[in-house]
Amino acid sequence: MHRRGVGAGAIAKKKLAEVKYKERGTVLAEDQIAQMSKQLETFKTNLEEFASKHKQEIRKNSQFRVQFQEMCATIGVDPLASGKGFWSEMLGVGDFYYELGVQIIEVCLALKHRNGGLITLDELHHHVLKGRGKFAQDVSQDDLVRAIKKLKAMGNGFGMIPVGGSYLVQSVPAELNMDHTVVLQLAEDHLLKEGLAWLDSQAAGEPQYWLPALFSELLSRDITPEEASQMTP
Amino acid sequence: MLLIRAKLDVGVVLLSTHRLLWRDQKNHECCICIPLSQVIFFEEQAAGIGKSAKIVIYLHPVPENKEPGPYQQSKYSFIKLSFKEHGQIEFYRRLTEEMTQKRWENTPVSQPIPTGVGPKAARTRAVGIVGIERKLEEKRKETDKNISEAFEDLSKLMEKAKEMVEVSKSIANKIKDKQGDITEDETIRFKSYLLSMGIANPVTRETHGSGTQYHIQLARQLGDILQAPLEERGGMMALTEVYCLVNRARGMELLSPEDLVNACKMFESLKLPLRLRVFDSGVMVVQLQSHSEEEMIASALDNVSDKGSLTAEEFAKLLGLSVLLSKERLLLAEKVGHLCRDDSVEGLRFYPNLF
Repeated sequence: MHRRGVGAGAIAKKKLAEVKYKERGTVLAEDQIAQMSKQLETFKTNLEEFASKHKQEIRKNSQFRVQFQEMCATIGVDPLASGKGFWSEMLGVGDFYYELGVQIIEVCLALKHRNGGLITLDELHHHVLKGRGKFAQDVSQDDLVRAIKKLKAMGNGFGMIPVGGSYLVQSVPAELNMDHTVVLQLAEDHLLKEGLAWLDSQAAGEPQYWLPALFSELLSRDITPEEASQMTP
Repeated sequence: MLLIRAKLDVGVVLLSTHRLLWRDQKNHECCICIPLSQVIFFEEQAAGIGKSAKIVIYLHPVPENKEPGPYQQSKYSFIKLSFKEHGQIEFYRRLTEEMTQKRWENTPVSQPIPTGVGPKAARTRAVGIVGIERKLEEKRKETDKNISEAFEDLSKLMEKAKEMVEVSKSIANKIKDKQGDITEDETIRFKSYLLSMGIANPVTRETHGSGTQYHIQLARQLGDILQAPLEERGGMMALTEVYCLVNRARGMELLSPEDLVNACKMFESLKLPLRLRVFDSGVMVVQLQSHSEEEMIASALDNVSDKGSLTAEEFAKLLGLSVLLSKERLLLAEKVGHLCRDDSVEGLRFYPNLF
């Protein structure tokens, strides 16, 4: 770490720079940082005030959460970037989404052997709600989507594939190409290898591909105790 | 207010484009329905302590030709759906959609529901409807007021946040153009301000890395916490596993995924015995530094030679690793030429490389 130059030459140089910039009307970066520190304190107070009035609203009202997230995105702020951020600390939004992230990972791990790491958003929603229990706060599918988007920071594992108005959530790094012929694309050999699709060569007519992720039978099956033991690392 | 619910206690509520149905969970024969055209208005009632979330549905008065149901008449003009096990948010959303689209109007109704036949019915209707409409208006005003107040406050807050974003952009540009003399201290402070506000760090990342004091502290904590779990798992854990482990242990003030990644990136510069590693597939793991690459590759070759051939699943069972990580090891060994693959629709199998 170096101290700002203290010799006479350095002082003279700095004075020259200051004069030059003041002439142009621009403020020096270090002055702005000092200014920002004060503005930050003020903002923190405003946020605290907002939190005291509306923290419950955010917690209970999923529509309000959506609006809040969208407004943040518009101005270039990510309230979920860090648990140490003001938004997270004061509004409690962080813990809500980060915990949801944990629950999503655990459900996907538990069900991976059944569906190869591909699960519909509906089914994921169903299992997450069940896992949260009766007294926990309700979560919407929008909440899940936002939590999953954050999980992407931890590597290629998690992704979402738009399919027919909803999403398929992918929890293993497999490459999937999607276009309007979704099912045909899905049925490539690659998927068979990965265990994501099964080939039924005994079907009448041409061979058929089955996608375990979309088996509605499996949709209603709860996570068994054996599968649950897969959940906790 | 006494809610008549003894007979209709636990069940599943279903929504179609035309009707709202409720089916008893135990006795599937017991199924009742209300046509959506009978719904005037509905609203949410938030959950509270000891209370589950509810949706209250206000209905038109009973038509003359109503089919027999659990109650021929009621003094209440509404029903309440009590969501004991969640689903309320999605259901409310879909109900809103159906009530907006009103698709039942497209299909002709076989039994048209008469509106106000005879003076008696008309009078009942007026009283019922006026009462409901008044309540609607009050509710609307109050909700509007609440929403608009919250929204107004939120907008004001966002305006201030936007100013902060502008200032930070200006600072970042100046750092880039070297306008002014920034010390390392100031850079560190600036980065922590960005972290607090949730503003992405544009310029300084390239030159100074995105780690802040917080991440440095975190990295050291992780170095302690993860030592034992890593050793138990053959020296390597997927980052998603670490995320779950650490956050479950914390219980509150959880780490964001980005916090974890940024902290792990600091392992090397802090000389901690852990490393963050990204495989070709994009999978990110935390690895014990003592866990050398050669060891892993040698062990993979040994095990495969021993058994003749192995798939990732078989290798995982053998070593007590997750399938994901055992696959990465086999791929590593293949990369250096010790193993070769047999790739078929039956799966991916590895053999010792005899070429």
